[in-house]
Amino acid sequence: METILLQLLNGLDKGSAYALIALGLTLIFGTLGVVNFAHGAIFMIGAFCAVTLSRIFSISFETVDPTKLDFLGNPAKIKTPYVEAWFGADAGAWMIDWAVPLAILFSIPIMIAVGWAMERGLIKHFYKRPHADQILVTFGLAIVLQEIIKYFYGANPISTPAPDAFRGSFDFGAALGFDPNVIIYPYWRLIYFGFAAVVIGAVFSFLRFTTFGMVVRAGMADRETVGLLGINIDRKFTIMFGLAAAVAGMAGVMYAPILSPNYHMGMDFLVLSFVVVVVGGMGSLPGAVAAGFLLGILESFSSMNEIKSIIPGIDQIIIYVVAIIILLTRPRGLMGKKGVMED
Amino acid sequence: MFGLNKKDTTFLLIVIGLTLFTPILMQPFAEGSGLAQFNGGYPDLMQKVAIFGIFAVGFNILFGLTGYLSFGHAAFLGIGSYSAVWMFKLLTMNVIPGILLAMIVSGLFAAAIGYVSLRRSGIYFSILTLAFAQMCYKMAYSVLTPLTNGETGLQLALDDPRILDKAIEGSSLPVTNIFGLAMNSTYKLEVMNHVFTFSVGFYFCAVIAILAFYVAIRLFRSPFGMMLRAVKSNQHRMNYTGLDPKPYTLAAFVISGMYAGLAGGLLAAMDPLAGADRMLWTASGEVVIMTILGGAGTLMGPVLGAGVIKYLENIFSKINETVLHSWFHWLPDGIEDVVVWVFARFTGEGWHLTLGVTFMLVVTFLPGGLIQGLGHIRDRFKNGKKKRDKYDDPDPDHHPAPTKRVAGE
Repeated sequence: METILLQLLNGLDKGSAYALIALGLTLIFGTLGVVNFAHGAIFMIGAFCAVTLSRIFSISFETVDPTKLDFLGNPAKIKTPYVEAWFGADAGAWMIDWAVPLAILFSIPIMIAVGWAMERGLIKHFYKRPHADQILVTFGLAIVLQEIIKYFYGANPISTPAPDAFRGSFDFGAALGFDPNVIIYPYWRLIYFGFAAVVIGAVFSFLRFTTFGMVVRAGMADRETVGLLGINIDRKFTIMFGLAAAVAGMAGVMYAPILSPNYHMGMDFLVLSFVVVVVGGMGSLPGAVAAGFLLGILESFSSMNEIKSIIPGIDQIIIYVVAIIILLTRPRGLMGKKGVMED
Repeated sequence: MFGLNKKDTTFLLIVIGLTLFTPILMQPFAEGSGLAQFNGGYPDLMQKVAIFGIFAVGFNILFGLTGYLSFGHAAFLGIGSYSAVWMFKLLTMNVIPGILLAMIVSGLFAAAIGYVSLRRSGIYFSILTLAFAQMCYKMAYSVLTPLTNGETGLQLALDDPRILDKAIEGSSLPVTNIFGLAMNSTYKLEVMNHVFTFSVGFYFCAVIAILAFYVAIRLFRSPFGMMLRAVKSNQHRMNYTGLDPKPYTLAAFVISGMYAGLAGGLLAAMDPLAGADRMLWTASGEVVIMTILGGAGTLMGPVLGAGVIKYLENIFSKINETVLHSWFHWLPDGIEDVVVWVFARFTGEGWHLTLGVTFMLVVTFLPGGLIQGLGHIRDRFKNGKKKRDKYDDPDPDHHPAPTKRVAGE
């Protein structure tokens, strides 16, 4: 029981990341009908937003403190970050500590701008082209974005810690009445899950309860008719692309403390997210979310020793096996709709 | 000749000529001259061009003719390499059995994977093949370590059985050969300060590449090739005519898988080592890029694409800032630094950036690849500049000329 619960929890954070990226992919696919292979790169750019902000906050200037001496006997130089000088020592230290959560605010405008630029600059020209061309051009774009990030940040992973307050672990076992120290779960992963739930909820209620969302849903169902009613659906869809980029970007920002950002993390997640989208059903938002969590949890269950001893290596390939089985038995995916991407 | 019509025979002969003289053609600059670094006539690069040419030609049989975009073809390349190395380890260092086994094994894998993936089309097919390839990659790293030697990669060892070969003397590893002729033996010819390297390995690859190319021509011109084109243009119509597209696409998938296996076997024959990264999905992406860059659905396109990419990869990776400074030293200092900085981003380490940018430009502006670009240039020379409108398209099937309006209609 304890191990099952533990694996369930372990699957949640990875599942949340899959679900968030897959949600963005599905939004883009459902609205614009574009298969976006650059979405993983957007996730990666989000993670590097967190790195950038924590670097900006720690830019410091040096002052000489004549009262103290360093080990060579010279007057000690003390580095003070600018934020501490401007906002006071306490507030400055707090900002440096909380760089990752603050980066969410910082990343939203950036990601919307990136998404908008991608849609207007490149993807706009590919609506009428075959899906193969869309895959290929966004694949090229992903390589370019990845190389740009590699140039600025280098090829090594950059560790970006979570705020001190969340650095410990939460003892689930003790809270639920099991033995202590059996089910231990880092706070940050818990927060990641909560954050993902909030974002997913926000996206769904945005689509469900606002006029804008209603128009977008109508456009997803029948683009032409909405256009005939005098609504500029292209403009709305561009905004949705920006929104999808922001969702993936925020997922990346929050993931930075879990996995130190490196330039190819986007590609690693992209392949899996595509599998998630296909399993959930192309164009189905609830399907993408459900499949994301399902595959994340299955992945963590299959890495249990008990299961690995029966089928060795299953933890590496479980996602693909599940994807293949589902595609062959339920061709439209778990919640796919009829008529979407069927040719 | 060879069961081809006159035009194709000329074409094939030109290709054969170009291939056999590659060591000379790719070495146009004199040794020691400033342009010597653009010479591509060394065996390693030429072999790679030939091998990836085969890989891309095979991929094109699937993608160019049937329109099914496989994102997992590198799996067959890797499987081919592994089987060939096993043959070198167990049976003999002669490359022929190794390559044959590589083709057979990858063909079997292609039949199994194709049978499952071809039940879906479009993006689903791409994802399924991608999933299978990733599965092969992950399994090569984890469960199948006894077969693949995991992260280290499969290598030759001194105590391998090699049933047909004599016991090795000394402590050096044997080299791959074809009936005693070592693959890495070369003959250097020096003419007027030009050094031409003729290597056994390259000619072996070249002969196989020509054979593979010939098979591809025959396939393109055959009724079978016509069926594959029918699959691409309209499967429903094909069904209505009473034809089942499935066996044709599966056959195309297996054939292109065997081409990939052949390429993998050759890679192992040139350098008897097989690693799992050959199966990574970026490797699958690479062959897609080659095919598209050259021109999908054309005969020469994939070979051209493979050549251009492998050549640029080798040459661009060699150019560093020192070289760039020596090129642009005639510019004023400030401008020189800027120019060098810009170029340095695209060369050396930044080779992938060039690749990505080229790829985006080609897909956006030249969907037909370089072959289409060359065609445009030829038209320009032949017909001179003339105003084009959208009805000028020489593709009557998809862009029929507008019917003349009749008075009183």
